Amino acid sequence: MKLTVNGKTRNVRAHPMKRLLDVLREDCGLTGTKEGCGEGECGACTVLIDGVAVDSCIVPVAHAEGCRVITIEGATATKTGKALQNAFVVHGGAQCGICTPGMILAATLLETGASLDEIKVALAGNLCRCTGYPAIFRSVESALKTPRRKSSRAGHL
Amino acid sequence: MSLVRPRSLNAALSLMASDPTLMPIAGCTDVYVGLHFGTMAQKRFIDLWRLKELHGISVEKDVVRIGALSTYTEIIESTIVQKRVPMLVAASREVGGAQIQNRGTLGGNVANASPAGDTLPVLAAANARIVLRSKNGTRTVAFDSYYTGYRTSVRQPDELIAAIEIPRVDGTQWWRKVGTRRAQAISKIMIGAVRGRDVRIAFGSVAPTVVLARKTAAVLSAGGSVADAQAALRTEIAPIDDVRSTGEYRARVAANLLAQFWKETA
Amino acid sequence: MPRAVGANVRRKDGDAKVTGRAKYIDDLTFPGMIYGATIRSTISCGRIRARSISLPDGFVVADHQDIPGPNYVALIDPDQPCLAVDQIRHVAEPILLVGHADKDALSDIHERVTIEELAATPNYDPEKSDVCFKKISIDKGQVDLGFRISDFVIDGEYRTGHQEQLYIETNGVIAVPGDGQMTVYGSLQCPYYVHKALVVLLKLPPDRVRVVQTETGGGFGGKEEYPSMLACHAAILARKANRPVKMIYDRVEDLLATTKRHPSIVRHRTGLTRDGRITAMDIDVIMDGGGYATLSAVVLSRGVIHAAGPYRCDHVRIRGRAMMTHTPPNGAFRGFGAPQTQFAIEAHIDRIADQLRIDPVRLRELNALRPGDTTATGQKLGKDASALPVLRDAVKRSKFAQKRTQWKGTNRGIGLSLFFHGSGFTGGGEVKLASKASLELTANGAKILVASTEIGQGTRTMHAQIVADALGVSYDAIDVNEADTAFVPDSGPTVASRTCMIVGKLLERCALDMKKRLGTLTPAQYFKKHGSFTVTSQYEPPPGLLWDDNTYAGDAYGSYAWGCNIVELEVDPVTFEVTTLNVTAVAEIGKAIHPMMAIGQIEGGTAQGIGYALTEEVVMKDGRMANATLTNYIIPTPMDAAPMDVGIMERPYQHGPYGAKGVGEMPIDGPAPAVINALRNCGFDIRAIPATPERLFAAAESRKLKADRR
Repeated sequence: MKLTVNGKTRNVRAHPMKRLLDVLREDCGLTGTKEGCGEGECGACTVLIDGVAVDSCIVPVAHAEGCRVITIEGATATKTGKALQNAFVVHGGAQCGICTPGMILAATLLETGASLDEIKVALAGNLCRCTGYPAIFRSVESALKTPRRKSSRAGHL
Repeated sequence: MSLVRPRSLNAALSLMASDPTLMPIAGCTDVYVGLHFGTMAQKRFIDLWRLKELHGISVEKDVVRIGALSTYTEIIESTIVQKRVPMLVAASREVGGAQIQNRGTLGGNVANASPAGDTLPVLAAANARIVLRSKNGTRTVAFDSYYTGYRTSVRQPDELIAAIEIPRVDGTQWWRKVGTRRAQAISKIMIGAVRGRDVRIAFGSVAPTVVLARKTAAVLSAGGSVADAQAALRTEIAPIDDVRSTGEYRARVAANLLAQFWKETA
Repeated sequence: MPRAVGANVRRKDGDAKVTGRAKYIDDLTFPGMIYGATIRSTISCGRIRARSISLPDGFVVADHQDIPGPNYVALIDPDQPCLAVDQIRHVAEPILLVGHADKDALSDIHERVTIEELAATPNYDPEKSDVCFKKISIDKGQVDLGFRISDFVIDGEYRTGHQEQLYIETNGVIAVPGDGQMTVYGSLQCPYYVHKALVVLLKLPPDRVRVVQTETGGGFGGKEEYPSMLACHAAILARKANRPVKMIYDRVEDLLATTKRHPSIVRHRTGLTRDGRITAMDIDVIMDGGGYATLSAVVLSRGVIHAAGPYRCDHVRIRGRAMMTHTPPNGAFRGFGAPQTQFAIEAHIDRIADQLRIDPVRLRELNALRPGDTTATGQKLGKDASALPVLRDAVKRSKFAQKRTQWKGTNRGIGLSLFFHGSGFTGGGEVKLASKASLELTANGAKILVASTEIGQGTRTMHAQIVADALGVSYDAIDVNEADTAFVPDSGPTVASRTCMIVGKLLERCALDMKKRLGTLTPAQYFKKHGSFTVTSQYEPPPGLLWDDNTYAGDAYGSYAWGCNIVELEVDPVTFEVTTLNVTAVAEIGKAIHPMMAIGQIEGGTAQGIGYALTEEVVMKDGRMANATLTNYIIPTPMDAAPMDVGIMERPYQHGPYGAKGVGEMPIDGPAPAVINALRNCGFDIRAIPATPERLFAAAESRKLKADRR
């Protein structure tokens, strides 16, 4: 099976029903995509297939055949990937980091200036246990140059 | 485990005619969960994902035709569905999150036949039709007659759901899902309803299959009170206790949703 | 040189995490590695009658007979077997280990191995249990006198359920055997806890056991003690197979078998004067420990010490007991007993306010601990006791009084909680730990050597900031070694909000010692001239800290952080779903070494506290978690995220590095009672969490029944 992963064409020998997640991690050696639940619930395994976000733990590799797959290792190829990566570091979007690859990839599908509501919808399928989400929203807003909200306050008294 | 990958719908139908044990898969959002937990008894699969004939959303003579492999994302973005069946857009928006919406299909939701299938109350309220195809031809089944019991339907092992047809919906459409949280939630209870010359009200997660509450709707159509309709509703649904909720809560919220529907569509 | 402490310097591990380069345990492989799986009990109480294993070649099987040392996981009490022999005390108790080179070959292993079990009658009720893990009594003044001088006595009973830590990365380890040695890599918080357990179980000398923490995807206490069990399992299998063994739990196994927060039942009897001054507090605390003791004694300890809340009272009696039930053992989870008991006191205070018709802010103002007051254990508080400042600020920022008036009779409610949290190990605990930290001179700066682990909270970064400033070099010149027992000293566990206050202080001292030794030379100059050297510092208790373990009296903690939460919410009358409109969280933490990361702890802990209050329920059926999937254990998604307004106050603790106290756990102590109090404010009398829509519906029904009866 031929698939393009992060711009590179790969010839994968795997059972067509093998999870795309496992093909990426094992056959392609790209361990940046994580498994959090195995049931398409947490989004830690999010990758992009032809520009669309999917949970790779519930996608058969057969469905990625002939497609362009982007994992976190290839995030800089997206329009906003690099800005998001930096913003997650600078604005606290990443704490333990396990949800971060999936979170960033899901966020790459947002447009510049995306509103908080749009951000929440785009990330609705990505669970985080460390941040409680405000810092993730601030990171995405910063990367996408969303105009400042008055409501997000956090600081010294 | 094996996967056959036909290149056309006809090839798929031939394969299914010759081997009715093949289990069709498309978006896999449910199948792979079953495989992961070891609850999937089937081992032989037929891949429908790339069959172009099963994609596409169109309208002809006021009937919306949604290809079985239309994903929730495609439904949400379809101007045809937005205009004509907005309650289906509303239901699709509340399925999982973006990743699930990009892969889950309407046909899959119907075929999976879960009592908690998010689109099923909508299809029931919309008086939809299921278009089934086999090697021998096509037949159309009214959604109301499609399910015969818990996770069972009239679909024969050699048939595929080709499309879902939704005739013109006469009246105001209303939809509400009560989940365990605001996204990535299995519903505790759902209502899809239409208020027009006729009233059609359907509930999900309150019985082994989606329930079209005919008696309840008849009370309201005839000008009865909400209280009387709620009393009728109590006889038409049988919600249970499970890990997510209780029968009592579901019964009460069903009644509340009914009242909210009636009030907001006045 | 710009100061690192107090600045939002770039996280040491940030870039690796956002690019996918950071290596978590499942990202690693070793040559010849096989995979391991665990066969577990299906009954909650009884005996193992027989085991029948029929496996073809290629499988390795291990049971308790393959354990060279004593069959228990060394922690506090030696009561928990590593592998069950014949007694079963909970569902999912580990019995056998099976290994195979092909992970898929293990997928149906439970069908190939038969364990014949003989069930006995289980007990799931901690109040009916006759096995007590620990009893603690706290007495201050004379509680009977306190009641005699009161005008009112108000009783209450409050309950909390299990809570699952739900780190997004499940538990996992790889054990690599060697000749008379064992190395275990893993997702863990406390390398030296694992080290101790392996040394005991494998009967190996300490220097032949090595534990290395890999990048860890969340812990929250769930990887404090449990990894010792998993490491022991992998090590036994590795020893038998003589191959590296990888054991990664899938989500279901992690949910079913690993530790959860202790459920609690807390009863209050409180005496007050007419004008609202508390004269007596009589508190009974029951913690459900599950099948084995694990950390129940310490959870109970922290629970009872915080049970009287941040209030002054001359006459206090607290009785606590941790009881055994036939459920999987409960263990550490952020807050560690304090969320349970502070839920109770804060819910109780609002009920008192209701009954006495005293404003809930005023009632707290009257009774809040002030500098110079003594706690329930008789600890005299210093200038940094900030109950009133955090309360007043939170009330002001949230416009509490105005909203309470505005929202009367609507389906919106606003509620408040005041809380505190002691940092570090209780009483003499830090002395017993005798933690060490080391600092090694490098070519351009220094390298930190501590057993403290980065689990997302920012350990590496925060420690580097402290060392950089104390040493007088740039933050970028400081490196942090992996938490590898072969190289780092035992700095104690990464728990109890001690990583900054205690270990950070040790590192500060190391840096100051190093600086002295460098004299006028820079690290680079010194290194070039003389080579490297290492400075080590060991914990010394601050002067004047007195604690009596027998009477449970004295200075329980070096310092306390203080917090106030205000929760604004709305209840949907159709579905009884709760929307959290806003959470105000004000925290006084001594010093925010890294303000953004401190805010991260507050926001993250607050979100977990909201989940604890509203949606996170472990549904137990016959001693087994019935909702053991991520679909059915409900934590908030981004769509559910409660908006938060966070404020940090700083009242320096003189013995903390740059004045810092602990911050990691306190934020989870407050949200649940604030939620319950907001629900009370809009008409729902709930005294147990989670306050699910089903329970709100039931409360509304019973309220209607009561109204109908009048």
